[in-house]
Amino acid sequence: MTFYGWFTIAAFAVALTVLGVPLGGYLAKVYSGQRVFLTPLLAGPERLLYRVLRVEAQRDQDWKQYARSLLVFSLAGWLLLYFILRTQTLWDFTGLNPTGFHSGTWNVTFNTASSFLTNTNWQYYGGETTMSYFSQMLGLTVQNWLSAGVGIVVAVALVRGIVSRSGKSLGNFWQDLVRTILYVLAPITLISAIVLMSQGVIQNFSHYLTVHTLTGLPQTIAMGPVASQEAIKLLGTNGGGFFNVNSAHPFENPNGFTNFYEMLIVLIIPAALVFMYGRMAGNRRQGYAIYGVMMFMFLGAVAVAYVAEAHGSPAQHAAGLNTHVIAGSGGGNMEGKEQRFGIAGSALFDVVTTVTSCGAVNSAIESFTGIGGAVPMANLSASEVIFGGVGTGLYSMLLYVLLAVFIGGLMVGRTPEWLGKKLEAREIKLAGLGILITPLAALFCTAMATADSAGRKSISEVAGKGPQGFSETFYAYLSQANNNGSAFAGYTGYVQPNAGNLGAHGITFTDLLGGFDMLFARYAPILFALAVAGALAGKRVTPAGLGTMRTDNATFSVLLVGVIVLVGALTFFPALLLGPVVQGLTGRLY
Amino acid sequence: MKRDLVTSAIGMLVLTLALGLVYPLLVTGIGQAVFPGNANGQQIEADGRLVGSKIIGQSFAEPVRGKNGKPQEKEGEALTKPDARYFQSRPSATEGGEYNASASTFSNRGPNSKLTEEDDAEALKAYLELNRPYDPSLTRAQVPVDAVNTSASNLDPEISPANARIQAHRVAALRGLPLARVDSLIASHTSGRGLGFSGEPGVNVLELNLALDRLEGRAS
Repeated sequence: MTFYGWFTIAAFAVALTVLGVPLGGYLAKVYSGQRVFLTPLLAGPERLLYRVLRVEAQRDQDWKQYARSLLVFSLAGWLLLYFILRTQTLWDFTGLNPTGFHSGTWNVTFNTASSFLTNTNWQYYGGETTMSYFSQMLGLTVQNWLSAGVGIVVAVALVRGIVSRSGKSLGNFWQDLVRTILYVLAPITLISAIVLMSQGVIQNFSHYLTVHTLTGLPQTIAMGPVASQEAIKLLGTNGGGFFNVNSAHPFENPNGFTNFYEMLIVLIIPAALVFMYGRMAGNRRQGYAIYGVMMFMFLGAVAVAYVAEAHGSPAQHAAGLNTHVIAGSGGGNMEGKEQRFGIAGSALFDVVTTVTSCGAVNSAIESFTGIGGAVPMANLSASEVIFGGVGTGLYSMLLYVLLAVFIGGLMVGRTPEWLGKKLEAREIKLAGLGILITPLAALFCTAMATADSAGRKSISEVAGKGPQGFSETFYAYLSQANNNGSAFAGYTGYVQPNAGNLGAHGITFTDLLGGFDMLFARYAPILFALAVAGALAGKRVTPAGLGTMRTDNATFSVLLVGVIVLVGALTFFPALLLGPVVQGLTGRLY
Repeated sequence: MKRDLVTSAIGMLVLTLALGLVYPLLVTGIGQAVFPGNANGQQIEADGRLVGSKIIGQSFAEPVRGKNGKPQEKEGEALTKPDARYFQSRPSATEGGEYNASASTFSNRGPNSKLTEEDDAEALKAYLELNRPYDPSLTRAQVPVDAVNTSASNLDPEISPANARIQAHRVAALRGLPLARVDSLIASHTSGRGLGFSGEPGVNVLELNLALDRLEGRAS
């Protein structure tokens, strides 16, 4: 561990908060229809889009109408993406398939389409060995935008339901989506793409480059329109890399500065949405209380991961490596980590992208130490409420808040109230289901894949022995259920002997199980969140009295941490013990 | 319902064109106009030929030749050994040979795996065998981790300063340069931390080796 490492972590927390607060204010204005500084520029395109899409933006929708628009739109997105990926060769005439890759197989494409639609971006393919530029741009990049937009609007709708004073309306899905794209995602994405290019992220449509190295060996270097996808991949907490190794690739993440910047844009919208919630609730402290919970759990996770990785792995020590800091080297478990990021930059990035639903990686999580690898799993086990994905984080967290208010109410023996609204059986049931769906999907699929011999085919040879094989399996379905997308990357649903899809085939069992895991764990909680919003929207508001349990102070924050940890721990402890904890407690090699 | 279907269908087409075509083209236009070097991968030429990308690692190995002078193969892959006159990059486990930049991949070596230990032990032994003849005082404890462990992308363009300073003994001896000259070359090719704190300092191996070649070219 080094001073610079800890300083980076502290500087990151400060920068995130400083940028998150004003962006939260901006979001609150955008979603309440107020003027913002971009209105003069974007009001025209906004109106044009409504006209082209035939949307009556002012038409209010109740939760069922809102949900129906969302589901129909998602279905259209899935079909188009599946079509584009399956007909990759059909678009060769555009010149955007210079390497001549074949179209995807049906089973892998099912997984990929479901993955990008649900903001998971789990990848059973290597970008630069299977996907044409056409598919990356018109297929995958588009869903990077839209899946992020869908997540955000659900959070906005839920907040509206919670704070609304009258009526059943949650707003209008189409209006929210268009505003999210134009006012929130587009400006930050465009700036980020330019910042990344200024540092060395590539953006071209060239053939792969063939060079002859200094010693005369040939080397082929993959190219492509990377910066445009990289920016929205991170800002929308998508996480699907243009290249197989994601943000570890020097063309996606060229230096220490871009690493810091990329982490910031992953967390900036999830953080700002919390502040937005406080503003829309008319009491900013409501937002601060939740932000405090998130930041506390986040920093705890970072500290554990950093210490564990700086310590080094049993395999390194057995091989006689010195993993201490020495002059000119940061030491630690550098297996699967890039020199320019070091241990701290890798551990922090890992936590940033696993507390959110991003799942981008700049290091190989499979090579993390037992405890270091347990950290992302624990983050996922908390169901992505520590900041969480864009939108998904806030709406999942608000369901936990509801549960915490209920439990707190029971403890002090009063009718639970939240922002002046009485919580009754219907909301608690819906929130409870919304919270338990994701763990259910994760554990069910893990059990299926572990029990069935078809599932064990996906475990990598290296990890075939010992607890690592179970970790790979568990991580795969946990990550897909949480719509995260990071992986113990040895686990595979795709066999590719040669580049270019020739002779490649998917592992149907793994592809389908994962695909359904993602779809189910994305849309079921969305429906429950919208149903909760609908149930709360019409409720009468009673002024807070002496007996009201407050939800905007430190006491409540502590209670909320307790509820999250309790639910996560009770659900996932056995699985965590079987995999990473066993590895972390032993120096034994398998 | 019908209204949702119509809006979804039009929406997917319009948004696909706007976000999947117009937006990447706009970014490409800006990139090619403002940062053409970066946008095309920071290609480096030497002696009039393309030798690589500044930020993509490469192998500084040479083919192993048999007694008849033919390059040898093992299991279909060309057999290579480090060209000791050059600084060596980190170990790389890409398929189809080291530093295959058309197929980046994680090594996925587990922390408690015997295979990881074997790979580490082998890489450590090879590193010591390569460098100890030129620096007899070199001990195992001095070898930095990045010299032995594979990187995440397996395309890491950098090595740690400690790694470079150990290799400097070998490179200086084989090229007949004073050690201090090579060390100062390392210092001038070491990049600092991002923003002064983010990440670790690293030495760009390709640029350092190019600088060495240029130095010799001038001397001869």
